Amino acid sequence: MSDANLTEVEVIKATSRHLRGTLEDGLSDPLTGAVADSDTHVSKFHGIYQQDNRDIRSERKRQKLEPAYSFMIRARIPGGLLTTSQWLGLDRIATEHANQTIRLTTRQAIQYHGVVKRDLKKTVAEINQAALDTIAACGDVNRNVMAPPLPGLSSIHREVQRQAEALSEHLMPKSRAYHEIWLDGDKIESSKTDVEPIYGDTYLPRKFKAAFVVPPQNDVDVFSQDLGFITIVKDGLILGFNVSVGGGMGMTHGETDTYPRLGDVLGFIRPDEVLAVAEAVVTIQRDFGDRTNRKHARLKYTIEDRGVDWFRAEVERRSGVIFDEPEKYAFAANGDTYGWQRDDVGAWHYGLFVENGRVGDFDDRRMLSGLRAIAQQHSTEFRLTPNQNLIIGKVAEKDKADIDALLVEYGIENSAHASPLRLNSMACVAFPTCGLAMAESERYLPTLIDKLDAALKRHGLGEEPITIRMTGCPNGCARPYIAEIGLVGKGPGRYTLFLGAGFAGGRLGAPYLDNANEEEVLGALSPLFERFARERLEGEHFGDFLVRSGVVREITAGRHIHDG
Amino acid sequence: MSGLPAGVLPLDEEQTNSLQSAVAGLTAQQLQWASGYVAGLAASSKQIIPIGSNERSIAAIAHADEKNLTVLYGSQTGNGEQIASQLVRRASRAGFAATAVSLADFKPANLKRESLVTFVISTHGEGDPPDDAELFHEFLLSKKAPELTSLEYSVLALGDSSYVNFCQTGHELDARLAELGAERLSALVECDLDYDADATEWVDRIVSQLPHLLGVRESLAIPALRAVDAVSTFNKSNPFPAEVLINQKITGCDSSKDVRHIELSLEGSGLSYEPGDSLAVIARNPPQLVAELLDELALDGETLVSVRDQDFRLTDALTSELEITVITLGFLRDWAALSGNAELASMLQASEPTVLGLFLENHQVIDVVRLYPAEVAAQAFVGMLRFLSPRSYSISSSQDANPDEVHLSVAAVRYEALGHEHWGSASTYLADRLEEGDTVSVYVERNSRFRLPDEDVPIIMIGPGTGIAPFRAFVEQRAEKGSAGDNWLFFGDRNFDSDFLYQLEWQRYLKRGILTRLDVAFSRDQRQKIYVQDRIRENSKELFRWLEGGAVLYVCGDARRMAGDVNDALIDVLVKEGGLDTEAAAERLKVLRGEGRYQRDVY
Repeated sequence: MSDANLTEVEVIKATSRHLRGTLEDGLSDPLTGAVADSDTHVSKFHGIYQQDNRDIRSERKRQKLEPAYSFMIRARIPGGLLTTSQWLGLDRIATEHANQTIRLTTRQAIQYHGVVKRDLKKTVAEINQAALDTIAACGDVNRNVMAPPLPGLSSIHREVQRQAEALSEHLMPKSRAYHEIWLDGDKIESSKTDVEPIYGDTYLPRKFKAAFVVPPQNDVDVFSQDLGFITIVKDGLILGFNVSVGGGMGMTHGETDTYPRLGDVLGFIRPDEVLAVAEAVVTIQRDFGDRTNRKHARLKYTIEDRGVDWFRAEVERRSGVIFDEPEKYAFAANGDTYGWQRDDVGAWHYGLFVENGRVGDFDDRRMLSGLRAIAQQHSTEFRLTPNQNLIIGKVAEKDKADIDALLVEYGIENSAHASPLRLNSMACVAFPTCGLAMAESERYLPTLIDKLDAALKRHGLGEEPITIRMTGCPNGCARPYIAEIGLVGKGPGRYTLFLGAGFAGGRLGAPYLDNANEEEVLGALSPLFERFARERLEGEHFGDFLVRSGVVREITAGRHIHDG
Repeated sequence: MSGLPAGVLPLDEEQTNSLQSAVAGLTAQQLQWASGYVAGLAASSKQIIPIGSNERSIAAIAHADEKNLTVLYGSQTGNGEQIASQLVRRASRAGFAATAVSLADFKPANLKRESLVTFVISTHGEGDPPDDAELFHEFLLSKKAPELTSLEYSVLALGDSSYVNFCQTGHELDARLAELGAERLSALVECDLDYDADATEWVDRIVSQLPHLLGVRESLAIPALRAVDAVSTFNKSNPFPAEVLINQKITGCDSSKDVRHIELSLEGSGLSYEPGDSLAVIARNPPQLVAELLDELALDGETLVSVRDQDFRLTDALTSELEITVITLGFLRDWAALSGNAELASMLQASEPTVLGLFLENHQVIDVVRLYPAEVAAQAFVGMLRFLSPRSYSISSSQDANPDEVHLSVAAVRYEALGHEHWGSASTYLADRLEEGDTVSVYVERNSRFRLPDEDVPIIMIGPGTGIAPFRAFVEQRAEKGSAGDNWLFFGDRNFDSDFLYQLEWQRYLKRGILTRLDVAFSRDQRQKIYVQDRIRENSKELFRWLEGGAVLYVCGDARRMAGDVNDALIDVLVKEGGLDTEAAAERLKVLRGEGRYQRDVY
């Protein structure tokens, strides 16, 4: 690979002086609400995305005003574990600097939207004061490490959480740029330079995602991750992990050499081998990932191009860890668990449905205020789930009734608005803030679900759990390709419909309709619901049924997704 | 010139001979001027007045001599730019002048100055143009688009055939250009996602045509010179009915203000103006205000009244003949006499002039009628009112950059007072009651006391709010002329997000190096208010250095507070940096005023 072929982003990384760029100059320029174009790439490594309000983009151009720039800030929260005092800090920041909402992400993080440039530094500083940070929440590095929030298997869960935090720490960029720019940390002496022992000067070719999972719940969608650790438990103890590599969701419409891919299981390792294996996977991707084409730069293509066997051997060579045969495991579902659950030490946890992860006060559903009241009065821990929901954790038996009452008072209890389809739904943010969106997502999915619920009810399927996920573009933030009904935005009001994915995240869906509008989507699904109700086997899920009955192809590998 | 080529020009032998003898002995520069002069004659039936300086004619010729290929591109991804650069590279290698320009940076009105343009344009969503071509696309498809009979073009359309309206924007462009009289060099080429082969073929074809297109035509090039206008017949007593081309709100949706950018057509008027001049607008009062006034007075709008010996319906008189948004002392006296109101009478007799002054400033006719009710006959009421006078607005465009247009920047005056909605007369007439395509009566008001200096002299412009208007004209003019002088602008308003008037234009001027400095003050973005005068003080050292370097100072905008505050700040600058005491500094500013180095257009 010659330097001439490197992507623009590679050049920006290489000249950014370990993620400094010209961000400080850009922050102090009063003539624009934006930062320099090149710095929009640098800022991602600090967890900050420049966006603009696309609803008024064209209006602003007519008004001879620049786009209404604002910033999305994403916090790094390994395993989605927050103390309630951290939550209260996040709540205050949302109210003072952002758009009065907190957006729970599909990776157990939170993000703010609508922070203007002049408030940016203050906001990042306040996030740090809340004992959180935003380092590496975006960018070509290891992103927020996921871990199951499910408290049912508590001692196992606590150990997995510890592993996730250790991995997150180990793969953090070491540059001091973040502290210099956002926290007024001392500047590095000009003669010295930061050293990135794992990443090197140009970090990774593309984003990198890692997660831990505890079967049978596949809530983190482990096969969608670049690197996954499937916890193997025996007699109440963690035996080790099956390691999965090469998952990833993103593709580009019309480019068949891009595709979503599910990870391959390399083999089994012991708990004390996690960091060595993870570091090897990251450095292989650092050295072999494609830096000439960002659409072909994820780990999944490195593995697809060179083969799983080569990759396993290279990991073993670099880490000194020899994989054992994978242990047996089975997944039941990739959704969340709702309502009250009790853990092994007797504490209660309430799985709260948060539609599309948007926590705010909307009419009579005042979730931001409700969670504030709960955090102030009763709970000590909130957990963000991989499906954009929230668990009110560690509630004492005596406080349960109070929390139930508060949930009702603020109009946010689960039964208030959620069918099984809705409880198994996810949507990415898309319009108006996401620069990649081609179609609506978060603002549209709820009304589509109303209509699908009506169709399901007509066919006696009102209580049937079916996963449905929507994204505004094919990059797949809400993991639509592993939902039984996946809708991927293509243009205003137009979606590619994917069907036939596995309920537990083990099989990709196949494209069923291209560029379809709502009428076409409903027109296609209603007869399929009818057939499903009539012909399904006992306990059979919708996606499995569609594949068995030949309505859609079985996708055995991501590279075949465009074959039909 | 070695003899004219026979058979090429439509002249007979005698005409050819007399033309040759007329130009015999002229220098090259004189010949160039003459060619422009003759072209101007051809281009216009209007009276031709030779310009004193040769500057303009030579500039026009230089422009025409730059005969080249312009490649305009617009696409959401980098694909369009890449193909455009490919074409430019290939053309340059073949020895032709070619430039690629993003449609975002191309002024649509300049299309008529081009002779050979190729377009690379994509289509998005349901047949929409790419963001960067949106305004160009809208302009071209609008009735504002000029005739393009001297343009030759070709369109390469990018698209995704999985969408219904494949390459629609390209097709729209292609058809519209033909409709405007441009000549299509080759049929539109559609490119799908895999555009490489089709695009390369198109580039090959264009490049192979260049020797014919640029080479041959160059030898016959007729330099175009804009004819110098005869003195216009339109003036105050005979205002020109100008068509509204654009009436665009330029404050953002969250703004507390409604500022309009208004473009009017001067085509066919013969009106000319210079940066610094104002445009007078014959306004009409808000119909709702007239209706409310009639209601308060219990008068019938159909009643005939006489104004300046002409009969009008009362409604019409109050709408277009008489002042009702401003009260005069005369009116107040008449009304006090009529109503016999003691409070009003005592205010008029009060020795405190400020009380009366404030009352006059803050009230409209209808407020007086509401506060001090009285019965009045229609004709008697009309007799109390002043004739409606034209309102003047600083022109915010350069005529050199926009030959047939004049632009205004108008803040619509609407406010709540005394429990009722209030409106300004002309500002709401322009903002609310004129749609694109309507006409408004206007004439030019010269302002020779607010003029750009010589082109190499630096200028400092201080124009908060709509005080920015003449400075838009100044900078546009200096950009158009390529003037060497540095330009420093101070602007202020309430909020950065919504009130940064002409933000995109200033950003572009800064990028191009035309605007040297821009300092802004947004008063309501932080707890303590910041104004332009604060920025002047913060930059005292640099500002003093500019003044020492001969810079001319300009202030435009609010006379009541801003102009004084800015003057105080300038005094502070001279005290701090120039070692003067306050009195001497104030005196120095007066001298600068006298020398024309400190010019103000405040109101």
